Parts: sequence; C-alpha cells; structure tokens
Amino acid sequence: MAAKSSRLSRFNVASLTLGLAFLYLPILILVIYSFNASRLVTVWGGWSLRWYHEFFNDRAMIDAAWMSLRVGATSATVATVLGTLAAVALSRGEGFRGRMLFSGMLYAPLVMPEVITGLSLLLLFVALEAERGFWTVTIAHTTLTMCFVAVVVQSRLVSLDRSLEEAAMDLGCDPVRAFVMVTLPLIAPAVLAGWMLAFTLSLDDLVIASFTTGPGSATLPIRIYSEVRLGVKPEINAICTLVIGLIAVVIVIASLASKLSSDRGESAAPL
Amino acid sequence: MADDIATPEPAAEPTPSPEPRPDPQPPILRIENVVKTFGSFRAVDGVSLDIRAGEFFALLGPSGCGKTTLLRMLAGFETPDEGRILLSGEDIAQVLPHERPVNMMFQNYALFPHLNVRDNIAFGLRRAGMPRAEITTRVAEMVALVRLEGLEKRKPDQLSGGQKQRVALARSLARRPQVLLLDEPMAALDKKLRESTQFELMELQRRLGMTFIIVTHDQEEAMTVASRIGVMKAGKLEQVAVPRRLYEEPASRWVAQFVGDINLFEGEVTAREPHRLRVSTASAGELVAAQPVAPIDESKVAVAIRPEKIRLALRRPAGDAAAINCVEGIISDTSYLGGKTVYKIRLDGGAAIHAAQANTARLDADGYGLNQRVVAWFTPDDCVVLER
Repeated sequence: MAAKSSRLSRFNVASLTLGLAFLYLPILILVIYSFNASRLVTVWGGWSLRWYHEFFNDRAMIDAAWMSLRVGATSATVATVLGTLAAVALSRGEGFRGRMLFSGMLYAPLVMPEVITGLSLLLLFVALEAERGFWTVTIAHTTLTMCFVAVVVQSRLVSLDRSLEEAAMDLGCDPVRAFVMVTLPLIAPAVLAGWMLAFTLSLDDLVIASFTTGPGSATLPIRIYSEVRLGVKPEINAICTLVIGLIAVVIVIASLASKLSSDRGESAAPL
Repeated sequence: MADDIATPEPAAEPTPSPEPRPDPQPPILRIENVVKTFGSFRAVDGVSLDIRAGEFFALLGPSGCGKTTLLRMLAGFETPDEGRILLSGEDIAQVLPHERPVNMMFQNYALFPHLNVRDNIAFGLRRAGMPRAEITTRVAEMVALVRLEGLEKRKPDQLSGGQKQRVALARSLARRPQVLLLDEPMAALDKKLRESTQFELMELQRRLGMTFIIVTHDQEEAMTVASRIGVMKAGKLEQVAVPRRLYEEPASRWVAQFVGDINLFEGEVTAREPHRLRVSTASAGELVAAQPVAPIDESKVAVAIRPEKIRLALRRPAGDAAAINCVEGIISDTSYLGGKTVYKIRLDGGAAIHAAQANTARLDADGYGLNQRVVAWFTPDDCVVLER
C-alpha cells in the first residue's frame, strides 16, 4: 500500500484533491459557518457558539432530535435482530426451497427507490388505519435497514466454519445454545457494525420518514428540511455539524468493529 | 512403511492368519443396515458393522466412499434413512448430537477461536453441569495427558498445528465418551509429526481403554493405528479385517489394489488340486497358487502377488520347477527408496510387474541394473487368487 501511494502521479494527486474537495468542501464550509456570530448565513461575523446555544434552547428542534435518536435506536435494534436471523437462515439452509428467491427478496430494498418504499408503507399504514407517528416511522426504518444488517452479518457468517457449531453440539449444546455460545460471540463485531449502519441510515433518512410520520412527531431531518424552506438560519448549520459529528463517530466505530470481525475471521477460518 | 510393519518375512507364517476370535462380550456399537442418501446419491448403502469395546477401529476408503458420512451418523450430525445404530444396546439413530455419549474430533479441529485452551477443554464439561472444582481437576488431567502444560491461557491462533491437534483431542476426550470418533485427525500435520502422533494416539487409546473410531483415506495410517480396519467403497463395506489379513488376504481385487501395491495376473483356472490351483495366464504362462480360504467357483480369476514377495535371480532357482512360479523379463525401471528398492520388470509376455527387494546390507546392495534380464519367482503360498 505505502509503496503504491508513494508512486501516485501528479494527475492522481490532482484528481484525488478535486474529488475530496467536491465531497467535503460544502461540509467543511457548513461546519465553519456553524461557528459564525452573524445572523446572516453568508456573512462572516467572527467565531461564536451562539447558534449551538440557540439550538439547545429550541424546544421543537430538541424534540425532533430526540425523536430521531429514539427512532434510530429502536429501529436499528429490531432490524439487527431480524437481519441477523435472516442472515443465519440464508447462510444455513442450503436445502430449503426458494432460498434464492428469499435472498433476492431480502436484498431488493437495498436498490428500491425510497419513494416507493415510503409510499407503499404509507398505503399500508393507511389501510391498517394505524395512527402515524413514532411507531410507524420506526417500523418503516426497520424495513429499510434490516437488509443492510443482513448483508453485513451474512458476509461474516459465510466465512465462519460450520464445524464450530457442530463441535459445540457434540460437546453438549442444543442448537440454540450452540448458536449463543459459539456463533454469536464470533459474529458479534459484524452484528454491532450492522446496528451502527442501521442507526445512521435511520438518522439521516428524510424521504421514508416524511411519508410515514404523523403530526407532532417530526424527525430531525424533517424538521430541518421544513425550517430551511422558510429560510436558512445559522442554527441549522450548528445542528448539522452535531449530526455530522455523531455519524462520523458511529461510522468509525462500525468500521473498527467490522475490521475486528474480519481479523478474527481469518484466524477462525479452517486450516 | 506400513508394508514393512504389516508384513514381516512372508516365510514366517505360510498359513493364512487365523480368524479373529469371536468376542464373548456384546459389541459396544452395532451398526445395522444403515443407509443414507443425499438426493439420489446413496452415500452409505447398507452398512452393518460391530465394534467392540476398547477397539481402535479404522474406516478406510477413498474420498467420497461414505466413510465420513457414516462417522457423522455416529456423531448424530446426519440421520440414517434406514437401519439402526445401537450404542450399548440402545438405538441412538434419532438421538441428537448433544444427547449422545459420543464425542468427535473434527478434521480441522474446530477449536473455538474466542476461547483459550483451558476453556476449550472445559467447554463440554461445563455443558454437562460438572462442579467447578471437578472441572479444574479434569482439565488439568487432560492438559497433562496431551502434554499442553503452560499453554492453558493461549488462544487457538497462538498454537502450532500439532498443539491445536492435541487441544482438539483433549477437548473430545474430556467428557470421557463411550466412543471417540476421529475424522481424519492427522490430515493437517506434516509427515514426520503425523507418524509420531499416530504412535501417541495408539498409546493413549491403550492407556484409556476407550473405543476409538478413526476415519482416514491413508492406508498406512489405518494400518499403523488400528486394531481392525473396515474398507469402504461407494457406500459399502468391502472388507472388515485386522490389518494383516487385509493386506495378505484381501477379499476383493479392489481391496487388494487399494491397500498397498500388488501385481495381478489375469487367467483361467485349468486344474483344481487339493491345496493348489493351476491358473493359465496370458502374461505369465501357467501359475500355481494356494487354494484361497473361501473357495472360488469362477474359472476366470486373477492371481495376485505383493511386490515384496517376489524374489529376483539371474537364473531359475534349482529344485521342483512345478512347485514355484517363475517369470522372466527385463528391468525397465528402478526406484531406490532407502529401505527397499522397487524394480519395474517388463515381462516377456508384455505385462509389467513390480518387485521390491529389501536392502538388508549396506555395502553389497548394488542390486540389478536397468535392462538387465532377470528371473522373478514366487511361491504358490504367497499368491492370492481373486475373482475377476
């Protein structure tokens, strides 16, 4: 790796710089302007934490943030349980009929346009006469993120030696205990990474949330979006900076966890 | 190697080795007409077998012959479609793996990577609900048994291949199973380590008096460790015998060729004498062979002779020419293997045979040269007559 990067040509350096600038310059400007003292978003008025202070006193915004965190944590947890179980079923039952169909159906939401997922869920909730709010958004986000968890966990499971679980059964574990005592500890990093991924996906989703939420239970992205439509306040920059920080932390933890998982995978692989 | 162990001097015991004495006690494990199919493939096709307590039994066969499937049925990972498996008189064919008093050592060891050596060995004991103090004693005992002292805190990925193998062995022995199943336990070890491990395993089995069933595709390994061997082919047991009988009295042509090296002369029986068969062969003329233990009614037979039982000479040996078999040919290839030299001889009849000569002296062993004309001779008692 080091040898390769030291031989980067000027063209490569230039394109890399431009690419990174294209991706991260807007975010960097947003972060800098979140510390702006001026009331006008585009005019620099010196460094200040004023808009962070403003945000923490904005009841509606805090409620929306709290709502987002609750939806994120709940849907990520449910999606992790369901996604892990689906991954286990898929990586095991070589024999069961329609396995290809099942895995195709599980992964379809990965590429499904969010508008379609959102609209179909809305129609479902309307048909069921469910009161839209926290639970409908949570269910919708579970649907969205479960397949991501399944992909992450399944990639770990296929590299896991099947005979480990057989050895556990041979040594006196029933199948459920064998899973809990041997398989689960070995796939735990992947399960954790799946949770983190589901959490961040839920946190920044706007489309599905706006279809499935109800009055009085706006998530943070919905709240920000509606504020921005009335004009950008510097406070939005502060909120976005906080969200970026949170997501960055979660992503770093998730990638560390999945790296740990694949490191273990190498040692756990059969000779 | 195994050839040397299994066959001392052929002259030492001219008569076929006796039948193993019937054991008075009932078998610890009885396999009755077990069938296992995967789709339309009959992996195990009607196998019946008795295994006695304290036996070291080997299931030998090429890959895909069903030996591993049979072992997995004994462990409970596969369920037989037909037949019964009786362990101490009780049918366990449908019993789940965790409820069987049987343990298995896996081919790739299947050590739990997240647990250290001690916890790996204690895993089965904890599941059995053994008191803590007793677990500590038993684990220490097992660690001493397989000589892993000082490595108790290591994780599996910090161990060498041989150490992993010993942890796997200790873990499967810790619960003191009635029968220990070993699935190719030495396949991952290098040759030298494998040989020493084979002897350690035999010693361990004798000391514990436990019943071991090993699956292997390596006939030398089976011959070395096992007291009895079952040879499998295409889901069926071809022959069950002690190593010596397997080598000296193969039940079929296939077994004869699978276990060790053998020369075959196809022919037809021309005369049946009280203890002798005369067989006329295309490649070696008329051969005299001892009557097989089980008489062969077929007239189309093959006379089989092991390479090390063929003597080489420059001219026909003196004596009763009708009492021995002589064939002549030219040495077309020699391989010097240290302990013995194998000569490939092209017979005048066109066929090629192998003859192995032990290199018993250090200095005069220049042997025969390439393209040298030799007489290969062997006695009727050293021949085995097999159905074609």
